[in-house]
Amino acid sequence: MATAHADAVLELRDVSKSFGQVAALRSGSIRVTPRSIHALVGENGAGKSTLVKIVAGVHRRDGGEMLLEGESVDFHSTAESKARGIAVIYQEPTLFPDLSVTENIFMGRQPLTTGRRIDRSAMYDEAQALFDRLGVHIDPRRPAEGLSIADQQIIEIAKAISLDAKVLIMDEPTAALSGVEVERLFTVARSLRDEGRGLVFISHRFDEVFALCDQITVMRDGQYIDTLTTADTDVDQIVSLMVGREVGDLFPKTAAELGEPVLQVRDLTMTGVFHDISFEVRAGEIVGLAGLVGAGRSEIARAIFGVDRYESGVVTMDGIAIPGHDPRSAIRSGMAFIPEDRRKQGLVTQASVAHNVSAAVRSRLSRWGFLTSGAESRAAGPWAGRLEVKTGALDMDAATMSGGNQQKVVIAKWLATDPRLLIIDEPTRGIDVGTKAEVHRLLSQLAGEGMAILMISSELPEVLGMADRVLVVCEGRLTADIPRAEATPENVMRAATRTTEGVR
Amino acid sequence: MSETSTRPASSPPEHAHEEIRLVAPSRQSPAVRAFNTVVRSREMSILLVLVLLVAAATAKNPSFLFSGNGWRDLLLTPSILLLLAAGQAVVIITRNVDLSVGSVLAVTAYLTGRLFIDFPGIPIVVVALAGLAVGGVLGLVNGLLVSLGRVPALVITLGTMYIYRGLVLTWAGSDRINASDLPRGFLRLGTQSVLGIPVLFVVAVVVVAAVGYYLHAHRGGRELYAIGSDPDAAVLYGLPVRRRVLAAFVLSGALAGLAGVVHAARYGTVSSGAGTGIELEAVAAVVIGGVAIFGGSGTVWGAAIGAMLLVTIDRALPILGIPDFWQRAVVGVLIISAIVLDRVLSARRTRKLIEAREQS
Repeated sequence: MATAHADAVLELRDVSKSFGQVAALRSGSIRVTPRSIHALVGENGAGKSTLVKIVAGVHRRDGGEMLLEGESVDFHSTAESKARGIAVIYQEPTLFPDLSVTENIFMGRQPLTTGRRIDRSAMYDEAQALFDRLGVHIDPRRPAEGLSIADQQIIEIAKAISLDAKVLIMDEPTAALSGVEVERLFTVARSLRDEGRGLVFISHRFDEVFALCDQITVMRDGQYIDTLTTADTDVDQIVSLMVGREVGDLFPKTAAELGEPVLQVRDLTMTGVFHDISFEVRAGEIVGLAGLVGAGRSEIARAIFGVDRYESGVVTMDGIAIPGHDPRSAIRSGMAFIPEDRRKQGLVTQASVAHNVSAAVRSRLSRWGFLTSGAESRAAGPWAGRLEVKTGALDMDAATMSGGNQQKVVIAKWLATDPRLLIIDEPTRGIDVGTKAEVHRLLSQLAGEGMAILMISSELPEVLGMADRVLVVCEGRLTADIPRAEATPENVMRAATRTTEGVR
Repeated sequence: MSETSTRPASSPPEHAHEEIRLVAPSRQSPAVRAFNTVVRSREMSILLVLVLLVAAATAKNPSFLFSGNGWRDLLLTPSILLLLAAGQAVVIITRNVDLSVGSVLAVTAYLTGRLFIDFPGIPIVVVALAGLAVGGVLGLVNGLLVSLGRVPALVITLGTMYIYRGLVLTWAGSDRINASDLPRGFLRLGTQSVLGIPVLFVVAVVVVAAVGYYLHAHRGGRELYAIGSDPDAAVLYGLPVRRRVLAAFVLSGALAGLAGVVHAARYGTVSSGAGTGIELEAVAAVVIGGVAIFGGSGTVWGAAIGAMLLVTIDRALPILGIPDFWQRAVVGVLIISAIVLDRVLSARRTRKLIEAREQS
């Protein structure tokens, strides 16, 4: 065994990590050899970022083995992993905006003169040499503030080179880059590989993965699935490994009569966020909004509901246009919006269940401007009962409840407004399987009663199992509109990772 | 959008190396660059305001500058605030604040008196070291609470401000240290001059220079800026964030402790109310001196000039015939304009940097 692994510069075996009760990584494995670029692919929530953070020393693993050049390591801090030659470039570069790019590269490792004084001119010369080598022209004295993401990533790479890193991990470095910038990054990455370093490249864009990488490791649901050599595989195989699940009868979707369009969205645009978004949701229909994290799904939902502004486009409810950037008129028109981060945006965790449920209808309950807890409980009772919120009493604090029950309270809150359209962002994130099924049953039942539902979800099985129609968003544009019968994990995933297909 | 996915997958275009020019490296000679940096710095503009103020006051009343007392007061009065501002600047650069310095000053000022009374003949150096040490310990308490408790420094040091003040009140009661309790050598320090420059001012300037130099030229100092610039990035970078923040608070406490000793030497009397409100003056001096209140930029030297300016305004405005009522308001206007200037300058800088990138 030992000899078989001797040539791997970094190896993880069955590494696991949980946050509270949520297992972010069940058994992560990867084997990075020197002089190679290794792709790490997987759906949202497959555990890639957690794995990276364990290697970087941000998190400590709960179990499994991590070997650096054949030697078992356990990092307590990012400083330790850095000292051992591991450099990580995060999705969002982490630079100090007030300091010069040179200081950003050498912070904590500045060249010193005798007397432990920082040798600035040597430092600037060294930075200049690094930039020359990378083929970029950046003034080493300029502050990091105002640099584009691409330049910031170049700074991060210069940092990694100056560290003489053995392993360089790039977590979705290309997400915010243009074509030329991606090519520049790839040129640099290849030259680093040719120097004998091991690189790990995380990306959702398969064309890039296949253009750059030598091996591909696929992860799914926090687990290692397979490692393939790029030359011996193709996109279809990778996609099927990534999704690789049967969409079972887990999802009790009942067929419903589709009625008139309730929500119509036309040409909704917000420069840099989303473009030309047009679709409709009919009464009794569940429309799934799929796509990768950061594709712009939540932003679209927030704009429709009026939380965020949009530049152009029209949103109509039952044929009547509703003004933008005005959630109150959205609520009056019959919209309800359940946001992704319910603890922050949807729930007053220090308040009672009754208080929360009645929050959205409070003006209707009050009599001469006064509100009694009796009236609140009377309004909340039936909804909480119907949702089977498991709380001892309606006056229990929301903070003490489980994530699943909190989600039900938020749903109850909005159902109390008697909406015609329910927009729900990640309805089952962070809740247990049993409660998930309950939330699914509830959504299905509501659709059956004629409510229009727009559901955003990063979980493919959920989208495929629940939605009558799947809209796929990629980089701020709708790239596919797939009816339930035709939707497969493969075609949704393809639309979510490709910008070329356009609206079908 | 579509060109991103249709770009060639294989070898990069040849021109990729040449055409990507960002901001061309500066072609100025080092000397010219250094000169420009100094002349255009925030510190220089505050210094200019200070010089103009002194000039105006002197024009009105020549004894403001050209008399033995005038010259001495000009340098001696800011000495205490200089020490506090140096410590405060270091703390604010790390995106924290220390509101307890006034109370720390009171503790060590009273301690100074007690040491001279209870241990007759104790060397002045020992007393100064005791002041530094006690201040450092009180600063350590602040630092530990902030860095381990993860509570905003504003709240922690507001609390310790009252606690340390309570400490003095309990200890001193209505007792006060009088000039007659202090040795003459110590009191003489308060007014003594070397080559026409008051000794206490020399002490303050040495401290400011040393702290400023450390921040400018040493790894630990640069890390303080990094921490204030983006605390989360500093953690990801692997910088010893807690240790550095702790050290900043210890330094601020120790300098406040030294300021207490200086206070006793300068005024000769110490009551439990010594230094009340001076913590806000220290914060004001730092802000006027060009240190960003959210950390990451500015210098101790700027803060020191800010402290000089703040104290000199207090003395110059009556001479210029500005009524009492308006003197406080002028200080307020100065603080607000410093912050507005800060925002305007940083917005302009950001825009310029982005333009520079896009043009290249």
